[in-house]
Amino acid sequence: MPDLIAADSTIGNPTINIAIFGAFVLVTLAITFKASRNNKSAADYYAAGRNISGTQNGLAIAGDYLSAASFLGIAGAIAVFGYDGFLYSIGFLVAWLVALLLVAELMRNTARFTMADVLAFRMRQRPVRMAAAISTLAVSLFYLLAQMAGAGGLVTLLLGVTGEAAQAVVVTIVGALMIFYVLVGGMRGTTYVQIIKATLLIIGALVMTIWVLGKYGFNLSALLGGAQDMAVEGRDVTKPGAQYGATETSKLDFVSLGLALVLGTAGLPHVLMRFYTVPTAKDARKSVVWAIWLIGIFYLFSLVIGYGAGALVGPETILAAPGAVNAAAPLLAFELGGTVLLGIIAGVAFATILAVVAGLTITASASFAHDVYASVIKKGQVTGNGEVKVARITAIVIGAISIGLGILALQAGLNIAFLVALAFAIAASANLPTIIYTLFWKKFTTQGALWSIYGGLISCLLLILFSPVVSGGPINAATGKSTSLIQDVDFSWFPLNNPGLVSIPLSFFLGWLGSKLSKEKPDELKNAELEVRALTGIGAEKAVAH
Amino acid sequence: MTDPTERRLLTPEEYLQAQNSPEFAELKSRFRRFAFPMTFAFLAWYLLYVLLSTYAPDFMSTEVFGNVNLGILLGLGQFVTTFVITHLYVAHANKRTDPISDEMRERLEAHAYAPDGGTDSHETTGGATRA
Repeated sequence: MPDLIAADSTIGNPTINIAIFGAFVLVTLAITFKASRNNKSAADYYAAGRNISGTQNGLAIAGDYLSAASFLGIAGAIAVFGYDGFLYSIGFLVAWLVALLLVAELMRNTARFTMADVLAFRMRQRPVRMAAAISTLAVSLFYLLAQMAGAGGLVTLLLGVTGEAAQAVVVTIVGALMIFYVLVGGMRGTTYVQIIKATLLIIGALVMTIWVLGKYGFNLSALLGGAQDMAVEGRDVTKPGAQYGATETSKLDFVSLGLALVLGTAGLPHVLMRFYTVPTAKDARKSVVWAIWLIGIFYLFSLVIGYGAGALVGPETILAAPGAVNAAAPLLAFELGGTVLLGIIAGVAFATILAVVAGLTITASASFAHDVYASVIKKGQVTGNGEVKVARITAIVIGAISIGLGILALQAGLNIAFLVALAFAIAASANLPTIIYTLFWKKFTTQGALWSIYGGLISCLLLILFSPVVSGGPINAATGKSTSLIQDVDFSWFPLNNPGLVSIPLSFFLGWLGSKLSKEKPDELKNAELEVRALTGIGAEKAVAH
Repeated sequence: MTDPTERRLLTPEEYLQAQNSPEFAELKSRFRRFAFPMTFAFLAWYLLYVLLSTYAPDFMSTEVFGNVNLGILLGLGQFVTTFVITHLYVAHANKRTDPISDEMRERLEAHAYAPDGGTDSHETTGGATRA
């Protein structure tokens, strides 16, 4: 089998892969069209009329959150590095407790459409909205970049498309589909796409998990032993340290990553926006509970799939395949069930990317239209329909940008779980401190919010720019190329790949300091309103009746 | 869409009055007494796991049965605690905070926190507009 893959750069049968993906697209397009008939108001477009049930929203959150990074990146990281890849899934899951305990219900009760609705609630509106919108766009674009990189790798692997021009065409098609879902279906269409995708993804992962476990007599120890037998020379995949244990710097990097993962989720704008699609705070709670169960179970599957890929395919074959670590899950599917299972898993992986990019696009476009256009530029003097029109245009622009980034990302070859981790670091630095302060600290002021958002965002971006991610990364002996985005130059001085360890505490500190040094008196009446609304749900936006 | 009584907005004074009421203090304290220590606990437990994996790999590599070591078991333990805390939070919310917040919401809708006790003649200022 490995020889087959080496001889031909694609695996499976591209026709079957395309057919299954095409079927998913047709079904979801039909549903999107049906959903679009109910799209009348801004609340319909941005928040699906707040008519999504808690259970449905839980599935949609899982569909939004379990990105290509989760499916392809984590499985790949576990297959190659074992234990150290496992940390990603633990961080991604535990993070949901922050959302459940501190954020979801309170945000549902106080926001209309975007994160900025809450952050600007008791502050001076325009500067805070502007800041929140900028950080929303930054997080969404990083996340989009990761998804598009995933789409590019997958295309190379599964469709037998190898030329750069042909790959660009495929990424453009993915982007165009995403724009279409968002324009026609709005949040409701996007939600249905995410629900279908989550269902398919979890069933697909379940089948692979049982299959792998079955091969090892349902014995976890035997599976780990199998993965260890195939592991790269001198590496113990059952023990910590394979990826991050080499030096003191890489150990710190691991801690930094862990911090960014656990604090990032509750600051992801596209996750927050999903809470506004349910009728009440109780439904928001119910949807997070569903999401935690689904996501947790999925990550347990991905542990088995990752070690299974390590044991049955082997890290050397995975790393040699196009798409490298991201190819682990598809290669395992081929090993287990041949072309048909591979086709199904490939279709699911494409569906995953489509659903996530649609969610990101609608969030970013809503933030621009609602916060920047309607509130900052037009100072609130705009109708709901005018705002939605701007949101639709923004969706097209963002779609075009992400197509461009996706085409560029094809050449980069970074692990997508790693790129997503950077998006998490920005969300944890720029958004989470302000969200926590706004909800729980009554002396928080406009200046504190601005310092925290901009301080977190700028420090995060600068530290990434001067990290080994961008330049000066170690040279890979096999390929002779650096792991950095830019080859042959080195302007890095920040040693860690993930900036979270520095930028998250800094942002919390700046939020506190900015408030302390500010002459502005916190608005007591607005604070009372925010607090009472957050905890009791009075005055919360209601579902749209149709 | 929304019926006229619901459209009557609450005044800032009503919110302030509600915020200063003993039942709100109780609601807030019940919410925070659960959420804050629990957040501290799960973050500490998670960071402990990350730090042990990073700085005590030999300890985490202690084999418990077959190829399954302590690190993998503690990692799976993170899943278990996440599910358990989720369950505890929902039980706490249903039993301890929802009853108060439901009751307060009804009283607010009836304008029971208005200075004049919620008679219909009260003029709303619209000061409590949405963000």
